[in-house]
Amino acid sequence: MMKLSQLEIGETGIVKEFTDLEMSVKLMEMGCLPGEEIKISRVAPLGDPIAVTVSGYQLSLRKFEASTIILQ
Amino acid sequence: MKADLRVALVGNPNTGKSTLFNTLTGLNQKIGNFPGVTVDKKTGYLNLSDGRTAEIIDLPGTYSLYPKSQDESIVFSVLADKANPHSPDLIVVILDASNLKRNLLLYTQVADLKIPVIVALNMMDLAKKSGINIDIDQFSKKLGVPVVPIAARKGEGIDKLKEAIAFANKIALQQDSIDVETIAPGLIKQISAELKLDNPYYALQLAHQHETVKFLSTAESDRIEELEKEFSFHSQKAQASETIARYNFINDLLYDTVKVPETAQDETTSNKIDKILTHKVFGFIVFFGVLLFMFQSIFAWSAYPMELIGDFFVWLQSTLHTLLPAGPLTGLIVDGVLGGLSGVMVFIPQIAILFAFISILEDTGYMSRVTFMMDKLMRKVGLNGKSVVPLIGGFACAVPSIMSTRTIENWKDRMITIMVTPLVTCSARLPIYTLLIALVVPNRNVWWVFNMQGLALTGMYVFSLISAVVVAFVFKLILKGRERGYFIMELPVYRMPRWKNVGYSMYDRSKSFVFQAGKVIIAVSVILWVLASYGPGDRFKTIEQKYSKPQYTQHLSPDSLTRAINSEKLENSYAGVLGHVIEPVIRPLGFDWKIGIALITSFAAREVFVGTMATIYSVEGSAEKMESVQYKMKTATNQQTGQPVFSLAVAFSLMMFYAFAMQCASTVAVVYRETKNWRWPAVQFAYMTVLAYAASFIAYNLLK
Repeated sequence: MMKLSQLEIGETGIVKEFTDLEMSVKLMEMGCLPGEEIKISRVAPLGDPIAVTVSGYQLSLRKFEASTIILQ
Repeated sequence: MKADLRVALVGNPNTGKSTLFNTLTGLNQKIGNFPGVTVDKKTGYLNLSDGRTAEIIDLPGTYSLYPKSQDESIVFSVLADKANPHSPDLIVVILDASNLKRNLLLYTQVADLKIPVIVALNMMDLAKKSGINIDIDQFSKKLGVPVVPIAARKGEGIDKLKEAIAFANKIALQQDSIDVETIAPGLIKQISAELKLDNPYYALQLAHQHETVKFLSTAESDRIEELEKEFSFHSQKAQASETIARYNFINDLLYDTVKVPETAQDETTSNKIDKILTHKVFGFIVFFGVLLFMFQSIFAWSAYPMELIGDFFVWLQSTLHTLLPAGPLTGLIVDGVLGGLSGVMVFIPQIAILFAFISILEDTGYMSRVTFMMDKLMRKVGLNGKSVVPLIGGFACAVPSIMSTRTIENWKDRMITIMVTPLVTCSARLPIYTLLIALVVPNRNVWWVFNMQGLALTGMYVFSLISAVVVAFVFKLILKGRERGYFIMELPVYRMPRWKNVGYSMYDRSKSFVFQAGKVIIAVSVILWVLASYGPGDRFKTIEQKYSKPQYTQHLSPDSLTRAINSEKLENSYAGVLGHVIEPVIRPLGFDWKIGIALITSFAAREVFVGTMATIYSVEGSAEKMESVQYKMKTATNQQTGQPVFSLAVAFSLMMFYAFAMQCASTVAVVYRETKNWRWPAVQFAYMTVLAYAASFIAYNLLK
């Protein structure tokens, strides 16, 4: 089981499901949906949060939040 | 103004909604508050080509009708509640054409409320540039609503949008996006039947939001709760399946109407800028450079206009004194009210400059990067990446800084930031520190380069930051968060700032400060003026009689006579009496009643301390003659012990007191305005006073 938080900068994955229902509602509203391609664009200078590219724009989220996203 | 048509502007954040609002209404807008919450309500008027007037309300940017913050919850209330004074006849949904997919989610939700809708497709220029091709006719046909392509920044398509608003249908013609009833089968029908609703999506939204919306009766809300149990409705699961269904509709729609280039795009300019601005080393260098520049500008650029405003009021007051007959009414108006008014107006330059910077930082997209970089560090002490700007702004003045905390969406983070910002050494503390440091710290160098006085002053600044961080951490443990702390945030592409928006923001914020916090400040100034200019019984008369005797009038120059009278009057005024009353309380801190008077008069504004000291010690000339104040204070001795009053211990005790005490009526007023609740300024005032007393007590007893 691969989590989004395990990807390195520049790596891409496809969203499969979420482990946190409350967080998933917010993430899906922001265009981070199952089947969507997601790429780690950069990591903040202090190591957290991270910036991802999804649905054609950039989204930043904390590492903990990224760990609730399961990839295919 | 009476409007013929009410229009609501709805859209995601960063879609150019404010720009469109400013373009449509121009200066014909006003800012108010939604009742009971601290959300700004921006309304404006637009004259339509057929002679009618439309009232336009700019609703807070949101990604969905399910609110994540107080701002966002306003959107549903205004759109759905028919009794709301702003309940719209028409909704203009603004969509970012370069990011249609995510933007359309909000559109489909809003459209399902079945209020007439027009789509304004913004950033067409950007979309074209990145090769996105939208079949507008097809798009409009599939949605069933008028779609107007615009570029709000360039002013393109605005006339067409105005026409579309004027000719908008009175009935909703939009196509259905999803089959709402399948989200919560049975429940929606039941709610609709019992509350007599004709819109299934409205019924579904009420099922989700009945506990938070203010327009339902308790009975209605309780009944919905019962029904939810009966139909085993799970709010988050329903939201999740609704969102997925909506994106299925959106994907089909986009497949038919929008062509996106298949080849991977070259690295965007925005990405290149980010490589530097969020770089491990350069990122912080740039950020601290920006902060330093901001901080310097607030200080440097505001100094001259502040002086002008100050001089103007001094001139006005002295002119009125010569023109108007002397008496209590003249004194009240000229010294009390005008004095207070000048204390309000003098903040305008700092507020305007800070908000110019904040508006530029937000407009360009840099503010999101600041949050991105600082989040980890600030989160540890219960703050937020966005708390950095108010805290640094606090070095200049807490008033605009507390107003700027509105950019922090998370309620708890924002409250903590508001609570600790006044601890940061603001510019009003500077004259007190310099006066007291010069009094007791020798002007000598240590380790060749460091001036001891400079070190002491730097120490006070660093100390203030440390105390702000520690207090923030304590609040983090005490306060309970209302909402879960998210950091799921869009990083918008970098754009040039829009100077018009910068101007509007400077104007708005200054105006709302003057009209809302200003009242409290003037009231407090008038009270303090009365306390300092009147005394109990006939004490003032006795003083005047005493000084009219020839032994004074013959031996003293008119100037020194006035000073002697003023000094003795202040001592015998209510403020002076209060100074004596509080002496036992402040004695453990090393303060006498004279310092007590200064503590009372400087309650409204810290900088008054120096002026009061000058009056008490009847210094020649004005309070600006710092050196003579210093001399008098240095030579002042305690009548009982014969020791100097301002020893090292007393001076540091006083500095500690001013470092912590909330001696600023303007900050109290602005905290009330921003929190809409007297509890917050009360808690803040109490904790700061307790800390001030404790720190002074410790400093005095350690150094005694």
